[in-house]
Amino acid sequence: MSVGLDDAVERFADAVGGEGPVTISGTGTRGGPVPGVRAVVAPAGVEWVQAAEMTMRCGAATTMGAVDAALAEFGQCVAIPDFGTIGGALAIGQSSVRRLGWGPVRDTVLQARYVSAAGAVVKAGGPTVKNVSGFDLCRLLVGSRGTLGFLADVILRTRPRPIAEQWFTSERDPWALLGELYRPTSVLWNGTTTWVLLDGHPADVEQRATASGMSSVSGPPDLPEHRWSLSPDRLRSLVVERPGAFIAEIGVGIVHHEFPCVPRDTDQPIRDLHHRIKHEFDPTGRLNPGVALVAPA
Amino acid sequence: MTVDAAVDPSAMNDGAVADLVARLRAQLRPDQVRDAVAEVNLYRRDASNIEGHASVVCFAESTADVQAIIRIANECSVPFVARGSGTGLAGGAVPTRDAIVISTSKMNRILSVDPVNRLAWVEPGVLNLDLSKQIAHLGVHFAPDPSSQQTCSIGGNVANNSGGPHCLADGVTNAHIHAVEVVLPDGTLAVLGGEDPEPDGYDLRGVFVGSEGMFGVATRICVKLMQNPPTVATVLLDFASVADGAQLVSDIIADGIVPAAVEMMDQLCLQAVEAFIHAGLPVDQAAALLIEVVGLPVGVAAQIDRIRELAAARNVGGFRVAADDAERALLWKGRKSAFGAIARIKPNYYLHDTVVPRHRLPEVLDRVYEIAARHELLVLNVFHAGDGNLHPLLVYDAREPGVVERVHAAGDEIVRVSVAAGGVLSGEHGIGLEKRELMPLMFSDVDLAAQADLRRAFDPARLSNPDKVLPSPARCGDVHSVPEGAWI
Repeated sequence: MSVGLDDAVERFADAVGGEGPVTISGTGTRGGPVPGVRAVVAPAGVEWVQAAEMTMRCGAATTMGAVDAALAEFGQCVAIPDFGTIGGALAIGQSSVRRLGWGPVRDTVLQARYVSAAGAVVKAGGPTVKNVSGFDLCRLLVGSRGTLGFLADVILRTRPRPIAEQWFTSERDPWALLGELYRPTSVLWNGTTTWVLLDGHPADVEQRATASGMSSVSGPPDLPEHRWSLSPDRLRSLVVERPGAFIAEIGVGIVHHEFPCVPRDTDQPIRDLHHRIKHEFDPTGRLNPGVALVAPA
Repeated sequence: MTVDAAVDPSAMNDGAVADLVARLRAQLRPDQVRDAVAEVNLYRRDASNIEGHASVVCFAESTADVQAIIRIANECSVPFVARGSGTGLAGGAVPTRDAIVISTSKMNRILSVDPVNRLAWVEPGVLNLDLSKQIAHLGVHFAPDPSSQQTCSIGGNVANNSGGPHCLADGVTNAHIHAVEVVLPDGTLAVLGGEDPEPDGYDLRGVFVGSEGMFGVATRICVKLMQNPPTVATVLLDFASVADGAQLVSDIIADGIVPAAVEMMDQLCLQAVEAFIHAGLPVDQAAALLIEVVGLPVGVAAQIDRIRELAAARNVGGFRVAADDAERALLWKGRKSAFGAIARIKPNYYLHDTVVPRHRLPEVLDRVYEIAARHELLVLNVFHAGDGNLHPLLVYDAREPGVVERVHAAGDEIVRVSVAAGGVLSGEHGIGLEKRELMPLMFSDVDLAAQADLRRAFDPARLSNPDKVLPSPARCGDVHSVPEGAWI
C-alpha cells in the first residue's frame, strides 16, 4: 500500500523552506490557508494499515474519505470527524459528537512528523499505542493550527468499527440517561429532547434502548453553526441563561449554538507560555502568520 | 546500589544550604522543612537503583507552600524536584545538583467529585487506588492502574503518564486528565486545560502530563472518572509455547476485540507467583495470558466465545474463566504480586520497560531469552501483552561478582532490540535518568532539539527537575549507535 511518504515528506520540507511567510492548504473545510501568504500542501496517501496493531500511517493531506475507505477494509475506523483532511482535523483539534464514547481527536495521534519553521523534518511521539519516551510534542501539535510546525505525516491509533450502532431519541432528562446507560457514544440535548448514540452488540444496544424507553431515529439533529466549550456541569443552565438554539454534548461540554461564543479571557501566565512556545518553535513568526490561539491581553 | 554515577554529587556548600533552609523555614512551618542528614538521605532515590543527593526536603501542604518553595528556589538558583510516593522506576524523582525535594505526600485530599459528569479534583499526593476506593460507591473509578497503584500517587501518575493493565482499552493517564493546576518553574500559578473539553490555545495539559516534573509542579488535578462495567469476564489461558500465546494477542486485536486487559506471564514467573499465592496457576506451561473483557452481557459473552475460538487455533491448553469476583481477584493478585514473588528466586531484580508492536512480540521475546542466557542471567517476563509493553525482569544476586555489569549489558541489549523492532524506549516507566542516554536510539538531534525547545519554554532557568529525559548536548550528538532498522 506504500505511497512513498518518506520522499514526499522531504519534498514537503523543501517546499516549506526556512524563510518567508508560509501557510498550509488542505481542502478548505476548516477555514483554509492564511490569505495572501504562499501556501504549501502536505503529502497525501495512506502508507499502511496494521490491523493487529490498530495503527495506520498516512500523509497529513489525506482526506478522511480515503482514510475511512482504507480502514473499512480491516473493519476499523478512527475517532476523527469525517470531513476534510487528517491534517486539518488535527490542526484544529475539534472532536466529533462521538467524543463522549470514542475520546477526543488528540488521543488518536501516536506519532507525527512535522516540518519546523527552520524547514526541518521533526518526529514527535512514537509508533506504538503505549509510549512515554520523551516529551509528547504530538499533544502540542494537535489544535495548534499550524503555528508551531506543519504536519507532514502521522501514525494514528485506530479502533474497531462498532458491530452495530443506532441513534435514539427521548424526552427524558439527558443526565438521567447518562447515568443509567453504560458508555453511550453520544448524548445530545437541545433543552427539551435528548438524542443518544449507542454502539456494541446489537442485542445489547436494543436491550439498553428498550430499558431506557428510547425510540430509534435515523440520525443526530442538525448542529447549529457555532461551537462553544463549557464545563459539562454548566450545560443544564443553558436554557435559562443563554438565548438561542443549541445542541449540547452532555457529559462532554461542547455546545453547538446559534450564536458565536463570547471570547474568553486567558490568564497572563498561560498567555506568556503561549508566547514563549511560539517563540521557541517559530521565532520569526513565519508559519501561518496572524493566526493567534489565545486572545491578546 | 548506584547504577548511574552521572549525577552531580554535590553542588552547594554548607553555607548556601543553611541560607536556603533559613529562607524556607521563614515561609513554612519548621517541621515542614527537613535538613537532617539522615532524613535528607531517605530522599536520595526513588524505586530505581539510581542515587542522587538533596539539599533539603520540604513537605508541602498546599499550593501556596509549593509556590513559596519554588520562589525561594528561584531566588537562590537552586533546582527542585517534586516527589509523590517515590515509586518511579527510572530515576525521575532522584534529586540532582543538591535539589530541593518537594514532597507532595501530605497534599492528599480528594477535593471534589462530580459523579454525574464523572470528574474529580484531587491533590497530587492522593494515592491511585485510594481514589478508586473512595469513589467506588458512586459506580466509577480512575482507569490508570499501575502495578504500584496501592502506593503510587496521582501526581506521580501525571508526571510519568502512567499506564497499567487496564489502559489497553481506555488509554494511559493522559487520556484521563482534564486539567492540572501547576506552579510553573518560575513560581507563577496556572491552570492547564480545563473542565471544558476544548480550552483555547495549545494543549498545555497534554504536554505537561508525562513531562516527568520538568515543566513545573502539579498542585491540583482534575481527573476523568470511568463507569464501572456491568459485566466483567476474566480468563486465564495457558500455552505450551510462548509464541502461541503472544500470537493470540495479535489475533484477538485484529479480530476487532479490544479487551480491557491482556497480560502475559511466562513459566518462571508463573512458578514464582504460584509458590507465593497458591492460585492454581498452570506452572507446567510455557506461558499464560490473563484476559479481561468488560461491557454489557451479550457483547462480553460473544467476545469470550470468539477468544475461545481464536485460542483453540493457537493450541491453547487451559481456558479458565473466573467463576466469581473472588477468583477474579485471586488471578489479578497473581499478576500484580509478581514483582514481590520473585524475591523467592534471587534477592535483586532489574525491571525493564519497553514497547514493541504486538506482532513482533514472539520474536522479541525469543531475543530477550537469548540475551539473558548469553549473559548467564535469569529472566522472567510478566507484562502488558495487549499493548506490546514488555517488562523483562532480570533477577540476580548482587553479591555475585560481575553480575551487576551483566545485568546492565543485557538490559541495554533488550532496549536496543525493542527499538530496532519498531518499538519505543519506555511504555510507562518514563526516561528519567535511566534511559536519557538512549534517547538518540529513537530521536534525531533535530527531534531532541524540539523537545528541548518545549522544555525551555516552560522552564528557561532549568530549575524544575534538571538532568532528566534529555541527553546533554554533548551526548546529543551520539547518534552513531542506531541499530539497523531502528525507527528514527
